[in-house]
Amino acid sequence: MLEGLFAFLFQFGDAFAFLVLSASGLAIIFGMMGVINLAHGEFIMCGAYVTVTAAQAGLPLPLAIACGSLAAGIIGIILERAIINRLFNRPLDTIVATWGISLIATQGTLILLGSTMPGVGTPLGSFSVGDYSFSEYRVVLMAIAVLLMGGLYLLFHRTRYGILARATIQVPHMASALGVNTKVVHSLTFGLGAAMAGLAGGLYAPTMTLVPTMGTAFIVESFVTVVVGGADVFLGTAPAALILAFIKSGMTGLYGQLFGLIGLLLTVIVVIRIMPRGLSGWLLRGRE
Amino acid sequence: MQIQGLRSGYGGKPVLQGIDLEVGKGEIVAVIGRNGVGKSTLMRALMGLLPATAGQILIDDKDVTQVSPHKRARMGIGYIPQGRDVFPRMTVAENLAVGETLLKPGTSPDYDRIYQYFPVLKERASQRAGTLSGGQQQQLAIARVLVGRPNIILLDEPSEGIQPNIVQDIARNVRDLNRELGLTVLFVEQNLDMIMLLAQHCFVIDKGQIVARLSAEDLNDPDAVRRYLAL
Repeated sequence: MLEGLFAFLFQFGDAFAFLVLSASGLAIIFGMMGVINLAHGEFIMCGAYVTVTAAQAGLPLPLAIACGSLAAGIIGIILERAIINRLFNRPLDTIVATWGISLIATQGTLILLGSTMPGVGTPLGSFSVGDYSFSEYRVVLMAIAVLLMGGLYLLFHRTRYGILARATIQVPHMASALGVNTKVVHSLTFGLGAAMAGLAGGLYAPTMTLVPTMGTAFIVESFVTVVVGGADVFLGTAPAALILAFIKSGMTGLYGQLFGLIGLLLTVIVVIRIMPRGLSGWLLRGRE
Repeated sequence: MQIQGLRSGYGGKPVLQGIDLEVGKGEIVAVIGRNGVGKSTLMRALMGLLPATAGQILIDDKDVTQVSPHKRARMGIGYIPQGRDVFPRMTVAENLAVGETLLKPGTSPDYDRIYQYFPVLKERASQRAGTLSGGQQQQLAIARVLVGRPNIILLDEPSEGIQPNIVQDIARNVRDLNRELGLTVLFVEQNLDMIMLLAQHCFVIDKGQIVARLSAEDLNDPDAVRRYLAL
């Protein structure tokens, strides 16, 4: 009984970590800039490839993951300066542009690096509770997901950048009339979102096969989480990930992986119907 | 601040048709007129939020007509828009912190002084700005630019949506700021009380042009001012 409960909790935590880590970058870029970034999966792929390359070059894994995140962030800033900021306030055009970036990145990686790349093994060992055995690395990922949410909260509420970024999304013209260079804020915010995507890629790289299309493995879950959560990272993404993780791990445990995904998609349909602006839009209704 | 032949508008629709006016250091100058004659447009153009299609804006004899809003703000202009535009989901203290961006390098904000002028903001420092009353939001919007120690403030209809007794408080506060800090004030307004309480002299705007200039003596006669507002 207790073993079964632990197994369920582990699956739940694992699903939660995956949803939070894969969605946070997308949520930051959507929530803080209003940009729907269809190249999100490719920033994840970039983080994973750089992480594995750095690890194979001899860097310890945590440092390699940091490199992957940083690389994705820098590429994000460059793309924002070169392309995204020219499409400011044109959300549909941004979707097409980021989709184009996504195709170029996938095919470019395929041409340059081939269809697959040797990975690194999953670090740490496993532990067992009763008859079941669990990966320790997955527990680390859960802890990182929770720490990441806390860290992002501090970043957006306790730092100068965070206050200016929130001012910029709330009343853009007033922020610039108060001396805030909103272009720089947008570049940094896009870079931060890309770095978070790269972090997700780096963290999951040891658990996956590295192929140029690996980003798609994250895309469904990350978009589902952001759609259910709405525009606010803390009031949206975090609670959405909790609810979705519960549904996904419950359905997967009872009926198998396919039904886990079906459960996620059904939840999205129901949530959009009842709360068009997502959980955070619903929680914040009547404010502003 | 000197404005010469300024033209501006929204998407090719001209609103300002060649504005000429001048604001001296330490003055409190009003631009008055009815609804829809271009008062707010003038403020937005002065701040750089609307591009000027012709004319010049000079601040301390420097041409800032093509300078972007955030750089213009950092030259010492504090803008308090119509409707206040506080950051609704940020606390009062966070709103004020955004104003620090205007500070010249090496200077630090003087919150004690600001809370002296606006004690209610200290009481509500951790409250979300969107939940404040109209008058409190107005005070916050003024305090937010004062944090950055501007030389000139642009006030867009400070009386709008505010109870008459608070209008007096705000007028007194702005006069004190002008006297004690040497702050230059340019405001647009159609509320007679606010104009009479605050302005040292004023310009009348109609159909995007300055049509009259009223001296301090003219401002002592409410009926004369009322006539211009009914123009």
